[in-house]
Formats: sequence, structure tokens, C-alpha cells
Amino acid sequence: MVSVLSRAGIWLAVLVLAVMAVALAADTGFAVHMTIVALAAFVGLCVSISTVDYAAVARGIIRTPADPGIYDDDPIRWGVIATVFWGMAGFLAGLFIALQLAFPALNLNLEWTTFGRLRPLHTSAVIFAFGGNALIATSFYVVQRTCRARLAFPGLARFVFWGYQLFIVLAATGYLLGITQSKEYAEPEWYVDWWLTIVWLAYLAVFVGTVVKRSEPHIYVANWFYLGFIITVAMLHVVNNLDMPVSLFGSKSYPLWAGVQGALVQWWYGHNAVGFFLTAGFLAMMYYFVPKQAERPIYSYRLSIIHFWALIFLYIWAGPHHLHYTALPDWAQTLGMVFSIMLWMPSWGGMINGLMTLNGAWDKIRTDPIIRMMVMALAFYGMSTFEGPMMSIKSVNSLSHYTDWTIGHVHSGALGWNGMITFAAIYYLVPRLWNRQRLYSLRWVNWHFWLATVGIVFYAAAMWVAGITQGLMWREYGPDGYLVNSFVESVVAVHPMFVLRAFGGLLYLAGGAIMAANVWLTILGKLRDEAPMRDAAFDPEKDRPLAPVPAE
Amino acid sequence: MSLHSTYDLLRHLADSWGLLVMTLVFLGLAAWPFRPGAREHNRDAANLIFKDENDG
Repeated sequence: MVSVLSRAGIWLAVLVLAVMAVALAADTGFAVHMTIVALAAFVGLCVSISTVDYAAVARGIIRTPADPGIYDDDPIRWGVIATVFWGMAGFLAGLFIALQLAFPALNLNLEWTTFGRLRPLHTSAVIFAFGGNALIATSFYVVQRTCRARLAFPGLARFVFWGYQLFIVLAATGYLLGITQSKEYAEPEWYVDWWLTIVWLAYLAVFVGTVVKRSEPHIYVANWFYLGFIITVAMLHVVNNLDMPVSLFGSKSYPLWAGVQGALVQWWYGHNAVGFFLTAGFLAMMYYFVPKQAERPIYSYRLSIIHFWALIFLYIWAGPHHLHYTALPDWAQTLGMVFSIMLWMPSWGGMINGLMTLNGAWDKIRTDPIIRMMVMALAFYGMSTFEGPMMSIKSVNSLSHYTDWTIGHVHSGALGWNGMITFAAIYYLVPRLWNRQRLYSLRWVNWHFWLATVGIVFYAAAMWVAGITQGLMWREYGPDGYLVNSFVESVVAVHPMFVLRAFGGLLYLAGGAIMAANVWLTILGKLRDEAPMRDAAFDPEKDRPLAPVPAE
Repeated sequence: MSLHSTYDLLRHLADSWGLLVMTLVFLGLAAWPFRPGAREHNRDAANLIFKDENDG
């Protein structure tokens, strides 16, 4: 009873504070955000004082198996559903802004739906909502299985899940309202940053707590990658968001760092968000789910440890390659370039480690579409970790920078590596988390695989052509020393590529829709009646020479 | 200490002793799984993920 009262008291206090903040708000955006916080607190208050067992209702909605198992999997089930949901939202937003670039009328002449506001909505939805939920859910799954311990602090784990969803909602609505601190991949304003810091420290506590209470003496390498990801993202997030708010009741703040220092801190953050959020975290997935799905241990455990330390020591210095030919001192640009090139080796070491795990079981690529997705993810990891170092070379960068080549590079990594490995992990997890015999349909996984792969090929190829076209047109001088092309001429030239890119995005979204349906039907416990995915059958009856027939 | 001399001190620390220490720590960590007698340990660690099969 006391705990119900104190819990309700906390919710009530948050509710009252949020309503006061709405009343005192210095701008509309802040008022809208505090209304969302007040609504969240109101829902929390209702749930905590109601006599209805909402946990049981929730378990009914997501069809938690009757036997909950010995691990704490509820936050993971929620996380998997959130991953699929936000993935679809993020892919849809991406397709829409791709169409906006090709057909500007789709900006709809409304401030809330302009490309400038929808673009961060897309990037945050796919990176932080889709990727972040996938990372949190899989890390809770992997840390329990590899440590053979139940999740530490179960209440805090649920706070991490719901707190993270609130962060996503505040960030997304903020972009539409025009609230931004204009830092790429760090657009949310100061109060959302503070909230994420609290949620993230709770995440760290749950993860480390589980590792500490492990019953397995060795900490499996996937957990090293997850821990590296959690700690580094905390550090990057705090340093890059050291801001001074204009008002405690307003959404505007100004950063501590100014000028070129600010740019360097931003890209130290920005590139390591790629390195530790989109690489280290997803490599943790790779180091657990690839060996599990292939049913054989990782090719070389030693190589995985070298991979880990090399990423940790090298990635953190690579950020300045985003600032080539700017006011950043030349030595810092060169430093960023050199470390980026050195990163190629550990990245390929990791790719080889993942691929060679299939050594002796390569037939699984033909028979298991989930393995095929993992192999494609590793192939794209290899391709984008080669392309990235190449683009960080100053002379290449002078052609590629500010062009769509960069966007193509990012998407071959994000759609190919992050997307594919996440899909594979989801397909691995769903039947296990819901105690199903298998997925609803493996053939649909195959469809998803091909739609996504062909979609990425359309996307990346269109952006390579568009990027190199732009780069060459922008640098073309006539004999009299003037630029030959105006900017708009380069826009007209790449229009067909923009349409092709949107088509690739449509295919990728269609693959995602098949996954959403497949996951949904698996959770409902349905099985599709289908021929198994396997090799052609061997018929010994027919495998013999024709009997000689005597001539007549 | 002026701002410039702080910068100068840190910059020269970074490209001399700092660099050396970081390199040595990295090499030590990378060499650690190759220490004599670690082969068995590495094999066990790689197979650890298959132990939970009956845990549910």
C-alpha cells in the first residue's frame, strides 16, 4: 500500500510540475512538450492507482507465453514490437522525404511538413527509435543469456523502455514544431537531452548490474561491445550537449562550444554515434546472433577481442574527416583521415570473423534466409567500412563532400548493415520470445531479404551516380576561370537519380511491411502452410544409368 | 597559465608520451588473448553461448 501511495505521489508531483511548466512556458513548442509530459504522468498516475492489473492486461495484448521462462523477457518483447513499429515509421518518413527531394510540391506548403523538419524526424526515427530499441532489446536478451542471470533491477529496465519511448516522442514532435539545436543526430533541445541522460544512466545500471550478478565467469565478447556502446554514447551525448538554456521554461538553448571548436565537438560526437551506436552496438548483435543462428562458435575469439580494442582505440579519433577543407587546423584534418584509414583493418577483421563463422556450413546461405540476411549485413558492413575510409581521404573527399555520395554511403551502411542485422535478430528472437515452433513464414523472410537487397542496390547505385555527377559539375571551371554550372543545373541533372532512390526506398519499405506482418502473425501463433526452404531432393531411383536395350 | 600555453602543453603531451602510452596499452590488450595457455580459454569463451540451450 505504501509503495502504491508513494508511486502515485511521484506521478502526481510530475503531473503538477508539468502543468506548471505549461502555464509558465516561454514558447509554444515547450508548452506542447510539457503537455505531452503531463499526459504521460497522468497515464502513469491512473495505472498506479487503478485496481485493474494493467501488467496482466499488457501481457494479454502482446500474448506473453503462459510459461514466462527463467529470464526476464517482457521488456524485450516490448522492445521487439517497438523496433518493428518505429522501423516502419522511420522507413515511411524516409520514403516521403526522398519523394520530397524529387517532387518539391510534397512539402505541402506547411512549415511542419517541410524537408528541413521531416529529415531529422527520419534520421532520428531510424537511428534512435528503430536502432535504439533494437539495441536495448537485444542487449537485455544477450546479457541475460550469456551471463546466465536474470535482468538486474527489473523496475528500472521497464523505466528504460518507457523512458526511451518518451524521449522518442518528444524528439519527433519537437522536430515537427521546429524545436532543434541544429546539430546533426543531436537535434533535441536541452530538456530532452537531460531526460535521455537519465534514461541512459538507468540503462547502464541495468546492464552492468546484470553483468555483475552473472553466474558465468567469463563475460562474452558481445557484452564488451554493448558496454562499449552504452558508455561511449553516454560520454558523447553529455559532452556534445553542454548547453545553457535561455529560460528554464523555454525550448531554446545555446551551446558551450562555439565556432570551430563546436564543429569539432559535434563531429567527434557525430562520427562516434556512427562508430559506437551503429557499429559497436550492432557488432554486439552480430557476435551473438550469427554464431547462434549458424549453430557454430565465432570463427576466432581472439580476432573478436582485437576487433573490439582496435575499434575502441581508433574510432574515437576519426571524427575530423567530416570537416575536411574547413577552418579546422590542417593537422587535425589529417589526423582524422589517418585514423579513418586505419579503421579499415579492424572493420574487415570483424567482417571476416563473422563470415568465416559459416566456414563448413556455407550451405546454410542457400537453405536459411535468416543466415542469408546476416551474411548480407556483414557484406554491407565490409563494403561501407571500405567506402568510408576511402571517402575520408582528402583528395577523394574534395569530390565527394556535400554530394549525395555521402548519403549513399550512409544508407549502404544503415540499410545494409544495421537494417539487415536487426531484421535477422528480430526473426531469431520472435519465435523464441513467444514460444512459437517457428516463424509464421520463412518464405516471407526470403521475400523480405530480396526486396531489401534490391532496394539498397537501387538506393546506393543512384546516389553514387548522383554524387559523382554533382561533385564533377560543381568543380568544373571554364577556360576563363568561371564555374561552368550553376547549382540548379546540378539539381536538374540528378533528378532521375532522386526518383530511382525513392523507388529503392519503396522496395525497402515493402520488405519492412512483410516483416511486420510476419512478426505479427508469429506472435498470434499462426503458421503458414508452406513448402520448407531446402535444397532439391535426391532421388536414388532416378540416379542411375539407363539400362542398355538390345537392338532389334 | 595562458590559454595558448595550455594548448601547447596538451598538444605536445598528446603527440609524445600520450601517444606512446596509448599505443603500448593497445598492443598489450591486443596481445593478451595470445598469451600462452589462452587457447583453451578462448575456445570455452566462444562456446559459452551454447550453454544456455536448456535455460529457456
